Amino acid sequence: MSLNKETIKQKLVAKFGEQLTEWEEPYGVLTFTAAKDINLKVMQFLYDDEELKFRFLTDLCAVHYPTRKDEEIAVVYHLHNLPDNIRLRFKIFVPAVQPDVFTASKLFEAANWMERETYDFFGVNFIGHPKLKRILNVDEMDYFPMRKEFPLEDQTRIDKDDEMFGRGGTLGFGTQKAVIETVAEDDKNNEGEEVV
Amino acid sequence: MSDVQHHIKLPDGSIEKQTTTLNLGPTHPATHGVMQNIIELDGERIVSAEQTVGYIHRAFEKLAERRPLYQITTLTDRLNYCSSPINNMGWHMTCEKLLNVKTPKRVDYLRVIIMEIARITDHLICNSIVGVDSGAYTGFLYVMQYRELAYEIYEEVCGSRLTTNMGRIGGFERNFTNTAFEKLEKFLKEFPVAWKEFENLFTRNRIFMDRLIGTGAISAERALNYGFTGPNLRAAGVDYDVRVHTPYSSYEDFDFVVPVGKTGDNYDRFLVRGEEVWQSLSIIEQAYRKVQEFKGADAEVYHADVPEYYLPEKKDVYTKMEALIWHFKIVMGEVEMPKGEVYHSVEGANGELGFYLISDGGRTPYRLHFRRPCFIYYQAYPELTKGAMLSDAIMTMSSLNLIAGELDA
Repeated sequence: MSLNKETIKQKLVAKFGEQLTEWEEPYGVLTFTAAKDINLKVMQFLYDDEELKFRFLTDLCAVHYPTRKDEEIAVVYHLHNLPDNIRLRFKIFVPAVQPDVFTASKLFEAANWMERETYDFFGVNFIGHPKLKRILNVDEMDYFPMRKEFPLEDQTRIDKDDEMFGRGGTLGFGTQKAVIETVAEDDKNNEGEEVV
Repeated sequence: MSDVQHHIKLPDGSIEKQTTTLNLGPTHPATHGVMQNIIELDGERIVSAEQTVGYIHRAFEKLAERRPLYQITTLTDRLNYCSSPINNMGWHMTCEKLLNVKTPKRVDYLRVIIMEIARITDHLICNSIVGVDSGAYTGFLYVMQYRELAYEIYEEVCGSRLTTNMGRIGGFERNFTNTAFEKLEKFLKEFPVAWKEFENLFTRNRIFMDRLIGTGAISAERALNYGFTGPNLRAAGVDYDVRVHTPYSSYEDFDFVVPVGKTGDNYDRFLVRGEEVWQSLSIIEQAYRKVQEFKGADAEVYHADVPEYYLPEKKDVYTKMEALIWHFKIVMGEVEMPKGEVYHSVEGANGELGFYLISDGGRTPYRLHFRRPCFIYYQAYPELTKGAMLSDAIMTMSSLNLIAGELDA
């Protein structure tokens, strides 16, 4: 007897009904969105049900969608039913101003650091987490770097005064003016070159 | 309380501590990378351990949001750098899944050869380092020369050794040369002899066994709860292997055994890795035979036809218009990828290495998340070492196969 995606969907709909939306199957993985306050209930149900047995947390991460009003941050869970080998993905959306999510670390020990990482990079506040502090970044950091409002450095910026790293500085690498000047300088120097 | 202690004048307000705090790391020889363990010791027994990670965090996920797909391969190199080809192939396969690219069988088999060599090199390091940490240096030096040979194979295939950046979306950048196959044959002939001798040296060695058996043990249930994958999970008795559960790169065509342990302790982890090396050797032999069966034009196939992502050959770029256009578009990162989200995982050398890629139809990923196996299972370290001796904690650390590059992303 093997579990199929249709059964999983039916069981979940029977239990949670309207609270689960956006059913999809991108590249063969059953995906849905749950209301933000029932994430733990969904996981507990998937864990406890004798037929579903989603007892392995593969991955937990967040995604920032600045354009989704009042639900900017998505927390994505990847669960795995090992005996039947079925993967499942579900998301919850929370507002960026108050990203409160119930912690899964009581259910899965594995969630502990994954949630800390998610907090570290997206600022998701996992309620009930035993030790919610930064894990990969320095403790003094006062922003959440993976959010989209923090773009990577502009490759053409010239305000950095750093000769060693090739930007700005007195040599002015990278600026159009500097290139012309350097070429002119080189030409001048070459005139006096002698072979000894 | 001894009399001696009464004579020591402690500064006012200091608390008389019953335990010792020991900083293991970040640059301790026994930590194999920049990670720190703050260990609370009662005599020589460990009361608690706390891990600090993140010393070499390089923001790969953020960097990936600004890069076209082919430039992200170099980031994956630097995750588990003991087996970077597996990471490279895993990444290419994730992209291929998103782009719906079907790779030819020959490419799959060549990839299997490379990935299994990488698994061998990774296990070889881990197991021999377990030896080093228990005070037996010889085995390490003995098998290390075969990693050198494996790296020469990589070098023949892609030009580099440690951070390989091997392959392209759709296949390999060039066909395997005859020299590569000759080196592979040499490896298949000579390495098993060395590995056998390595195992003779360790497996039934009384001192080694006493150091490993019963230390750092974890039950199957706890291991699953902690998100263990790979050899560490299999040592606890769960036969989960991505190569078997969700075959990729035609792993279903191969005949191999998934070794499992029973107790989940350091010794079982050592044995499982040792046996996996034998299985990998058998897979490489099978794959090599299959590769040899391709004759004529089939034997020249080394990539799928994906002009949008696969860099054309240089001579075509100079002579053909189409190739020139694609070359320019790929190098400048001007190819739009389809919209979608995909999770793909491969059996990395230390566990399930997953790539969660979200594309919004742009030229770079909207979001890329790496499921890094050792980041997840390293959480169990305090539980594995609680109540153990300090020297056991060192063994547990090396037998978990922690790679700082992967831990910190």
